[in-house]
Amino acid sequence: MKRYADVRRRRVRAGLLLLAMLGIGQAAAWATNAPAPAVNSGATAWMLTSTALVLLMVPGLAMFYGGLVRTKNVLGTMMHSFSAMAIMGVLWVVCGYAMSFGKSACGGWCGWDWNYFLMRGIDEKVMPSGVPEYVFAMFQGKFAIITPALIAGAFAERVRFRTYCVFIALWGLLVYNPLCHWVWAPDGFLFNMGASGAIDFAGGTVVHVSSGVSGLVLALFLGARRGYPASAIQPNNLVMTLSGAGLLWVGWFGFNAGSSVASDLLTAQALTATQAAAASGALTWMLIEALHQGKATSLGVASGILAGLVAVTPAAGVVQPFGALCLGAAAALACFTAIQMKTRMGYDDSLDAFGVHGVGGIVGSLLLTFFIRKSWMAAAAAKTGAGAWGVFDQLKVQVAAVGIAVCYAAAVTCILAFVLDRVLGLRLEKEDEMSGMDHCLHGEQAYGMLNLG
Amino acid sequence: MRMITAIIQPSQLDRVREALIAAEITRITVMRVSGHGRQIGEEMYRGQKVVPSLLPKVQLSIAVNDAFVDITVDTIIQAARTDTGAVGDGKIFISPLEECIRIRTGERGGGAI
Repeated sequence: MKRYADVRRRRVRAGLLLLAMLGIGQAAAWATNAPAPAVNSGATAWMLTSTALVLLMVPGLAMFYGGLVRTKNVLGTMMHSFSAMAIMGVLWVVCGYAMSFGKSACGGWCGWDWNYFLMRGIDEKVMPSGVPEYVFAMFQGKFAIITPALIAGAFAERVRFRTYCVFIALWGLLVYNPLCHWVWAPDGFLFNMGASGAIDFAGGTVVHVSSGVSGLVLALFLGARRGYPASAIQPNNLVMTLSGAGLLWVGWFGFNAGSSVASDLLTAQALTATQAAAASGALTWMLIEALHQGKATSLGVASGILAGLVAVTPAAGVVQPFGALCLGAAAALACFTAIQMKTRMGYDDSLDAFGVHGVGGIVGSLLLTFFIRKSWMAAAAAKTGAGAWGVFDQLKVQVAAVGIAVCYAAAVTCILAFVLDRVLGLRLEKEDEMSGMDHCLHGEQAYGMLNLG
Repeated sequence: MRMITAIIQPSQLDRVREALIAAEITRITVMRVSGHGRQIGEEMYRGQKVVPSLLPKVQLSIAVNDAFVDITVDTIIQAARTDTGAVGDGKIFISPLEECIRIRTGERGGGAI
């Protein structure tokens, strides 16, 4: 009880500070008056659709994860995704977009633009691509929503809801927004590294590597679930998991193809690569399981789909279908191995946030270097003064980007974990973990049984 | 031989199961059921206080030899009580068990439990 009063006082003070900043910002902000380019309704229509598709991925993720936990924790697990939609959705509008895509501030650590605060200066802004800036901002906001929801997979069934909400808000502000700025803002330092920037078409580093690594840190920090690995923890609803995987696959077309911020050739290339990699990942995982344990499993197919999609996320716009097939297969192999190793090492990354997203993201971000289409490499070579840009030059850039993402995400997550555990308490009490999140945190029951009559 | 039927709060299931296993009672069947006694409970549903007609419960069926009845009952009572005891904690019924047969081997009687 005392702790919560402390937190409330702190929140009130933070709210007052925010109001003060708002007042100062009001005086400083002014809207640009440049003539607006015409709206490209084809591109805008696709971007609107992509935005919706990516948002659909979040309930899809909720279903995927929800089906994998025990019945007593289904709603609690799905709440991790839905509350991310609520919290990150609001934060993005208030300051997320500004921090990610505003002009570099704080030495380039993040961006800032008072016009983007509350997205108030872009009411009539159309970007040079012919897409209204609202659409772009909302599209990017969906990425900010799904990333923390991915982390939740690592600490399923054992985290407090209130602390989780505070954690994702802070993680979004301190990890996602800066990382997004470094990789995708035109003045971000990873965007400008090397000849043509670090390649991260739709968020291999920004979304998957960062969330995977953060998940791993938290899984190690919190410790395993009660009874793991001695007692078997079975999925409660693989039908829901598979349905979720399907929604994720379809939604990923918005995730990857939409990251072209256009409706043109690049979009087509990204869509093709996405499909090829997903199918390849699924097939490879099926074959690996059939060879390794005699039976292909539905969970394996779902994992393979995800592994392929994660690996092609950084690569969708720069690889050709053959490269995509290879990436999907390589990711399936790497993630399968990672999960085997996890069992051997004994840590409880419950839903394989690191095993699939972390490992898949790293594999994709690095391996894509060997499959980049020639025209991209030629364009990059033209940009450098020397007129030459080789695969290994780009590989160095990729390694740097992945390394920076891993170290930064891990470090900040570590600090957040320690601080939040001290202030609010991160892990569920033993009794609550046994009773189940649905009952203790939400007072609800997932599946029927209330209306037998 | 006796059949012990215990109806408990679903949130206590894990506690009861762990306690039984610790007391070496390991043969158990668990069902999800609905019911109520005097506890009719109140829930908030879409902003309104409502009284549900049936409440979700968990039913355990444990077949035991006479010597194990007391330990089983005591273990269940201990683990199934919420806090210091609340309406809705559940009930235990003990009925005589006529016969017990192991399907795998066909053996009958107390040894088959």
